[in-house]
Amino acid sequence: MATYQEFIQQNEDRDGVRFSWNVWPSSRLEATRMVVPLGCLYTPLKERPDLPPIQYDPILCTRPTCRAILNPFCQIDYRARMWACNFCFQRNPFPPQYAAISEQHQPAEIIPQFSTLEYTITRASCSPPIFLIVLDTCMEEEDLQALKESLQMSLSLLPPNALIGLITYGKMVQVHELGSEGVSKSYVFRGTKDLNAKQIQDMLGIGKGASQPQQNRGGPQNPQAQQLPSNRFLQPVHKCDMSLTDLLGELQRDPWPVAQGKRPLRSTGVALSIAVGLLECTFPNTGARVMLFTGGSCTQGPGMVVGDELKHPIRSHHDIEKDNCKYMKKAMKHYESLANRAANNGHVIDLYSCALDQTGLHEMKFCPKYTGGHMVMGDSFNTSLFKQTFQRVFSKDSKGEFKMAFGASVEVKCSREVKVSGAMGPLVSLGVKGPSVSDTEIGLGGTCQWKLCSLYPNTTLGLFFEVVNQHNAPIPQGGRGYVQFITQYQHSSGQRRVRVTTIARNWADASTSLQHISAGFDQESAAVLMGRIAVYRAETDDGPDVLRWLDRMLIRLCQKFGEYNKDDPNSFRFSENFSLYPQFMFHLRRSQFLQVFNNSPDETSYYRHMLNTEDLTQSLIMIQPILYAYSFHGPPEPVLLDSSSITADRILLMDTFFQIVIYHGETIYEWRKQGYHDLPEYENFKQLLQAPVDDAQEILQTRFPMPRYIVTEWDGSQARFLLSKVNPSQTHNNMYGFGQDSGAPVLTDDVSLQVFMDHLKKLAASSSS
Amino acid sequence: MSAQYPGNYGHPPGQGYAMPPPVNKGNMPPNQPGQSGIFGPLGSKPAMFNPNQVQNGPPGPPGPPGPQGDNRFGAPRGAMPGQPPVGQFNGVGGAPPMRGPPPQGTQPPNTQFSGMKITDQHGPQPPMGQNPQHGQNNPSNRNAPPPMGGPPTSTSTFQSGMGPPRMGPPPTSMGPPPTSMGPPPTSMGPPATSMGPPLTNMGPPPTSMGHAPTIGPPASNIGRQPSMGQPPTSMGPPQNMAMPPTNMGPTQGMGQLPSMGPPQGMGPPQGMGPPQGMGMGPPQGMGPPPSRMGPPQSMGHPPSNIAAPPVSGPHQNFGMPPNSGASQFTGGPPPPSGFNQSPGPGGFPPPGHTHGPPPTSMGGMGTVPPSSQYNAYSGMPGQQQPHDQFGQAPYNNQFGNQRPAPQQQQPRKLDPDQMPSPIQVIEEDRRNRSDLFVTNAKGAVPPLVTTDYSVQDQGNCSPRFMRSTMYNIPCTSDILKTSHIPFSLTVTPFAKLKPQESEPPLVDFGELGPVRCKRCKAYINPFMQFIDGGRRFQCVFCGCSTDVPNEYFAHLDHTGRRVDCYNRAELCLGSYEMTATKDYCKNSVVPKEPAFIFMIDVSYNSVKSGLVNLICERLKNDILVNLPKEVDAEESEIRVGFATYGKELHFYNVKGSLAQPQMLVVSDLEDVFVPLLDGFLVKLSESSAVIDSLLAQIPQMFAESRETELVLGPVIQAGLDALKSAERSGKLFIFHTSLPIAEAPGKLKNRDDRKLLGTDKEKTLLSPQNNFYTKLGEDCVAAGCCVEMFLFPNSYVDIATLGEICRITGGNMYKYSYFQADIDGDRFLEDLSRQVQHSKAFDVILRVRTSTGIRPVDFYGNFYMANTTDVEIAALDCDQAINVEIKHDDKLSEADGAYVQVAILFTSVGGKRRLRLHNLSFNCCTQMADLFRSCELDTLVNYFSKQAIRNILNTNPKQVREHIMNEVSQILACYRKNCANPSSAGQLILPECMKLLPLYSNCIIKNDGIQGGSEISTDDRSYLTHLINSMSVESSSVFFYPRLLPLHNVDTETKELPSAIRCSSDRLQDDGVYLLENGLSMFLWIGHNVQPKWVQSVFGVNSAAQIDIDKCQLVNMDNPVSQRLAEIIKEIRMDRHRYLKLTIVRQRDKLESWFNHFLVEDKGLNGSASYVDFLCHIHKEIRNILS
Repeated sequence: MATYQEFIQQNEDRDGVRFSWNVWPSSRLEATRMVVPLGCLYTPLKERPDLPPIQYDPILCTRPTCRAILNPFCQIDYRARMWACNFCFQRNPFPPQYAAISEQHQPAEIIPQFSTLEYTITRASCSPPIFLIVLDTCMEEEDLQALKESLQMSLSLLPPNALIGLITYGKMVQVHELGSEGVSKSYVFRGTKDLNAKQIQDMLGIGKGASQPQQNRGGPQNPQAQQLPSNRFLQPVHKCDMSLTDLLGELQRDPWPVAQGKRPLRSTGVALSIAVGLLECTFPNTGARVMLFTGGSCTQGPGMVVGDELKHPIRSHHDIEKDNCKYMKKAMKHYESLANRAANNGHVIDLYSCALDQTGLHEMKFCPKYTGGHMVMGDSFNTSLFKQTFQRVFSKDSKGEFKMAFGASVEVKCSREVKVSGAMGPLVSLGVKGPSVSDTEIGLGGTCQWKLCSLYPNTTLGLFFEVVNQHNAPIPQGGRGYVQFITQYQHSSGQRRVRVTTIARNWADASTSLQHISAGFDQESAAVLMGRIAVYRAETDDGPDVLRWLDRMLIRLCQKFGEYNKDDPNSFRFSENFSLYPQFMFHLRRSQFLQVFNNSPDETSYYRHMLNTEDLTQSLIMIQPILYAYSFHGPPEPVLLDSSSITADRILLMDTFFQIVIYHGETIYEWRKQGYHDLPEYENFKQLLQAPVDDAQEILQTRFPMPRYIVTEWDGSQARFLLSKVNPSQTHNNMYGFGQDSGAPVLTDDVSLQVFMDHLKKLAASSSS
Repeated sequence: MSAQYPGNYGHPPGQGYAMPPPVNKGNMPPNQPGQSGIFGPLGSKPAMFNPNQVQNGPPGPPGPPGPQGDNRFGAPRGAMPGQPPVGQFNGVGGAPPMRGPPPQGTQPPNTQFSGMKITDQHGPQPPMGQNPQHGQNNPSNRNAPPPMGGPPTSTSTFQSGMGPPRMGPPPTSMGPPPTSMGPPPTSMGPPATSMGPPLTNMGPPPTSMGHAPTIGPPASNIGRQPSMGQPPTSMGPPQNMAMPPTNMGPTQGMGQLPSMGPPQGMGPPQGMGPPQGMGMGPPQGMGPPPSRMGPPQSMGHPPSNIAAPPVSGPHQNFGMPPNSGASQFTGGPPPPSGFNQSPGPGGFPPPGHTHGPPPTSMGGMGTVPPSSQYNAYSGMPGQQQPHDQFGQAPYNNQFGNQRPAPQQQQPRKLDPDQMPSPIQVIEEDRRNRSDLFVTNAKGAVPPLVTTDYSVQDQGNCSPRFMRSTMYNIPCTSDILKTSHIPFSLTVTPFAKLKPQESEPPLVDFGELGPVRCKRCKAYINPFMQFIDGGRRFQCVFCGCSTDVPNEYFAHLDHTGRRVDCYNRAELCLGSYEMTATKDYCKNSVVPKEPAFIFMIDVSYNSVKSGLVNLICERLKNDILVNLPKEVDAEESEIRVGFATYGKELHFYNVKGSLAQPQMLVVSDLEDVFVPLLDGFLVKLSESSAVIDSLLAQIPQMFAESRETELVLGPVIQAGLDALKSAERSGKLFIFHTSLPIAEAPGKLKNRDDRKLLGTDKEKTLLSPQNNFYTKLGEDCVAAGCCVEMFLFPNSYVDIATLGEICRITGGNMYKYSYFQADIDGDRFLEDLSRQVQHSKAFDVILRVRTSTGIRPVDFYGNFYMANTTDVEIAALDCDQAINVEIKHDDKLSEADGAYVQVAILFTSVGGKRRLRLHNLSFNCCTQMADLFRSCELDTLVNYFSKQAIRNILNTNPKQVREHIMNEVSQILACYRKNCANPSSAGQLILPECMKLLPLYSNCIIKNDGIQGGSEISTDDRSYLTHLINSMSVESSSVFFYPRLLPLHNVDTETKELPSAIRCSSDRLQDDGVYLLENGLSMFLWIGHNVQPKWVQSVFGVNSAAQIDIDKCQLVNMDNPVSQRLAEIIKEIRMDRHRYLKLTIVRQRDKLESWFNHFLVEDKGLNGSASYVDFLCHIHKEIRNILS
């Protein structure tokens, strides 16, 4: 454990946890002066193929208010066969089955390397996952065709015992009964009327009292089907894949005529409501995904985001600022309440939105946000972006099991000096008060448990803590603080599993040993956490306010941890583990997360959602894209995200997470245009051209959702993706500074990083602030 | 006949006659004739006329009108007081009374009738006898009468029986005479001859009599005269009564009749010869009378007559009068009727008068006759007097005492044969008018609906499309009001025509659009006058002149008609269609093809009864192939859609491109909607395979249905929404089984309580329980959505409420209680198929335009009116009729006449917007008599029934009943007062064309739909109400007076239906088999003594007891009788709008009481009056009014 960096890396690999501070200030006061809050990014399902399979239940601390789980940090009394809880210091006896415990014979949970351990609860009932497709039929024929094919293909990816259902909508909403013969049957609902779960239940005839003899002729032979009240609408894949394939095949575009100058009537709001209602009354608290495929905005009924008159465009950020959106608030309320209902029942809502115009993701964002669902935004269902993304939803791990997990809850337990103030991520609060709940809230607070209806290996939450130790109190006993994350979830196999991660960090007295604390600073983690907070604030606050707050925090951090002489900006120095942080903040400020200009509200929502969900690495890419250069001058290398990196003889590969851009410099572009790469003697050029493509493919392979893949060149129109991201060190304002061989100008008035840093140093060093 | 008459009258009269005879042969004859005559009179009203007209008679023409109109029942009532009353009938009156009583037993009415007869008899007899035989001399008259007597018997059905013999001939002869009016004498002649031929001839005559009344009158006069002793007079009256009327009518007004008359008359005339001798005026009258007299003839002469005559005799005998009067009273009048009659008797005085008058009347008679055909029933003055003098009872007693036997009989029974017989009227009209009806004449009264005529459109629309209660409209509202005859049109805009008639042609004005009057917007029609060299036309309705569009200009010929007028349907036809332009379309958008949506109840009951299976099995191949199409179109353009429902709705996507149908369930009942557009309404040919597959699947899908709670409101709403969304008009065919009690809009509760029916509270049951369906109906109409409801209830379904939707949208309702597919399936399918096939027009707006001076004020039928002028109907088929009541708001001019144009804007089955126009012209009159001569009774009945339907919901049953009776009484009283010759108040005098009014109005009153009590279910009651509300005249005519056909001696050689007989149990023979039908149901009544051979050949079993009456079909046996029977039934079914369910009733079975229900001349189960009773009652009312 040579350096903190290694320590951090090791911790992340083992536990999936990245703290902003790895040495904790021991008093509340000092902690608040750290500027960057004490927090961590926690990836509950971080892939750990090496974990031993534990088939028994975890052992809990017997203190009713504690109930922490036995972990490697507990003190074990082998003779007495007792263990002391490291959170509450309660001494607990081992249960009888641990009778054989000894120092040589330790159960996995107390072995130090297993600070993260996963238990499989065997007695819990296994219910197969449920997939409910909600399909918009108001789209172009090719789109619908492509989507139908994708869906038909996905049937083969599903586990055979998974239940599947289909709802289609346009002007009306149709709930299809699967497995009926001769006549395909569906229940139709008007797209303008919201229905509560009870009504839906009655109308679908799936109420408790409602017998279903007439439709259930297959029932008698299949008692199990009889038990499932919804079996007419949700059928095991293996039983209905043929009929469902046919059904999808026969799906027509919404037949209602669309007049000139009108948008098709689309009842997304009601369709979603019915989907939620259907699952709510048939499979509460069971893992289920509602997968919404929409090709346009909701134009009628509850949840409508725009009228059907084409002359009235859908709201823009500008309209929102002006409070000039007729439907937005109501729609948001509708979707938020749906999201809450779904979350309460442990159901997931995915949004797959493919359209050239906005589809209302801005209003619907609550659905994935609260339930952990996917949000995918594309131009058309007939693109590889969507097709591959969708395929990836059903990706499997090395054991052939789905990577997705359902119905998770995360509980946080802290040692006495620390309390949890909130969480950010695709989750909802479970509202569980406890001794470790802080009074101050950051994100969703006031609870020590959160619910994540869906979990992926990369799903990452931001958790924030508060040190509650009083200023003059001694450094706590043992010198370490502990946090335990208990994540219970339904594995895709249907098993109930509990993953327990316990971490310990040292305390330090900030007043005396600030250098220890600053040495434990994780700037990457801090940048992402700050990014999440900023986005969180941006959802409710004005954009400029958030930027100012971000600036202030950055300045204060510099003041606190920089080395400088007062009023001498040039003397400003930052230690290495802080050095990148201002740069992250610079790019964060410029990013689409906080700058809404030139973005639609839908895009903004989409970007923010991803930032709120992804793990640290991906989040960092989003904040500060990565730029690689390929040239004949040497092996591929990462280069500065700066306009100066754009040169004629380079191929650049930029990964912004959302886009992958391959940019051919002027010379390369000319060469390519003249077809040198097709000439045998220029095999090397061909290889050069191919190298970034291969690398891009590698990224594309793993990324979810599929990034937009752009190949462009000098002066190409798509080059804007690159130019908008690089630090505008050369602009039309400082043309004199270049014109030489390096870089390309970016036509912008934005300040460059250099200017930004200069100002930062000045402000940080300034004695007046 | 003679026997009968005699029976009734006979004896009593006999005595009387005895007397009379002595006095005059005339008397004798009169009596008999009276009987026969009665008929005669009835038919011809001769008696009445006779008196007046006789005198007039000579004048003939003048008088005629009055007489024509009336039949005087008075006479009948008087029972013949009439006769005695001879007044009208003179002696006859006396006689009649006798019978009068007998028929009903106690009731005078009978007597009256008898009286009537008597009068007639008298009339006839005298005439008859005298005319024919004796010729000029009274005696001759008398002679004639006697023969009459003979005929009378035959007359039983007046015309056929009695009439035929003497009457028949006479009348006919009369007919001619009239024409020949001048020739009266000659006419007389004919009668006489007829006399000779009497019997056979008689038959027809009566009918003619009816018309001939004029002649009749003479007869009546004669009758009186006879009594008078003066042959001529008596002659005149009696015969006239019978014959004259017809003739009269004909002669004067009627060209046709005359012709009719002539033929038959021809023969008679010769016979008449003598009559001529009689004295022209009178004689003629005589002539006619003779016809009626026919009976008398049969009577033979006094002696035979005597029986009959007696009665009349008494009457006739003036001296007698009193007595006879009394006696009659006693007899007939005894009770209440007695009074009337008695008054009639009182009429006797009339006799006296008559005598005097007769002659005069005779002249008049000629004219008069037509109107007054019979009338003189009770009329007998004598009676009245007695009445006054005596208490009823006393009379009876007295009479009884006086004429023990006869009287008793009389009182007991008024011979129904002497009352105006519908069969006779129908037969006569059929005989005389079963040819081409050319509509070129203004105000021509069309043949009866029961007549098999064909129409040639020459400017007025066919009576199949439009009939009026009157064809000669009073110029002022005063006359109309006084007459109490409602002026109402019954319009059946899309009536089915006979194969040889051509459908209204389509006129296309292209871009120009229909040419219309610029002020009143009337459409161009043959009545428009082109002026100014053809550059303008003057509207016949409002008088405004409109420029002729250039494109439409044509020169006028020297007569002022356009040269192209025979090339343009709109200028020479009464009915035609026009292509409508966009301006006539909803929202100015050209309509799309209409759609039919079949919505099937798939609840437990529906599945169990086999309904679902049946529909699905047969719908496509048996029903949908009949979808209506435009003439010349290869296939139907109608779109079809399918839905099923129980507690939720299922729609089916049957788009042709689908591999299998898709079912779309809508369970949001609060706010129902149609879930799909494309693929729901398809062309049959394009989705054939998918529809097959769907119809095969539906029964399977719902085979296990356990649903017992149903919805209906949302079903209709959804259907409506479907049509609205598709922007089509069309029909919903709803197949529904039970009360919609499921929680949803339109939910109904069971509120059945049949005990309330017939009470003042019945309207609570007969009005809708809420206005949901009414409102919904209005929405439907606005969208052109018509709801056709097929109900298959096993219990109460509240038709009163559900029916609203049909009523407002113009839909039909069909009800199959306790439906079982194997038994009732064919009937249902047949109805459905017909309904599908006969759909004609969608999204209809009907508007009636009339000449200035009159205007439509009220409409009856199944439709919706958002304003006061436009009748909106979602869909019309060929059976539905709308009644328009018209009133004066100003005066009409006799010279101009009056015009009506009914414009129907509709979407055709091919989705084309069109206009159909029916134009009708009327005469205008200032004389009440003219009015009464050109009334159309069937239409009047139709109107009364619809009015009654409306009143049911506003008043109570008693008021409904009394309203009808009052109106009838007022009409008849008005006639009596204004058109009939002065005569005894005791005589019942009926206008010729309304002589059946009392009978028919009684039929209305006692009809289940109008007066049904707790013996029928609430639903049945509402159902009938609904049906009546849109009945065409054809339907209502048979509905209120069912057709009863004897089948036991069916002629297997002919193709014609057997002759109908009157609806009375008295007409049924124990060894007979009868078929009764009323357009809704059909009964086969089998007497218990029926020949086993017959049973064997028809049912294949040995005795009636072995017949399986649960089967509703006849077995097809390989023998002529069975096959003929099947043909008859088939033919009848073809004629009707609904498939008639055949119920086999064995005499003395439980079912018989239900069957008897339809014998409308008898007393009803619920205490409703028999024909005889009712007639007596009406007579009494009339007298009350007159006094």
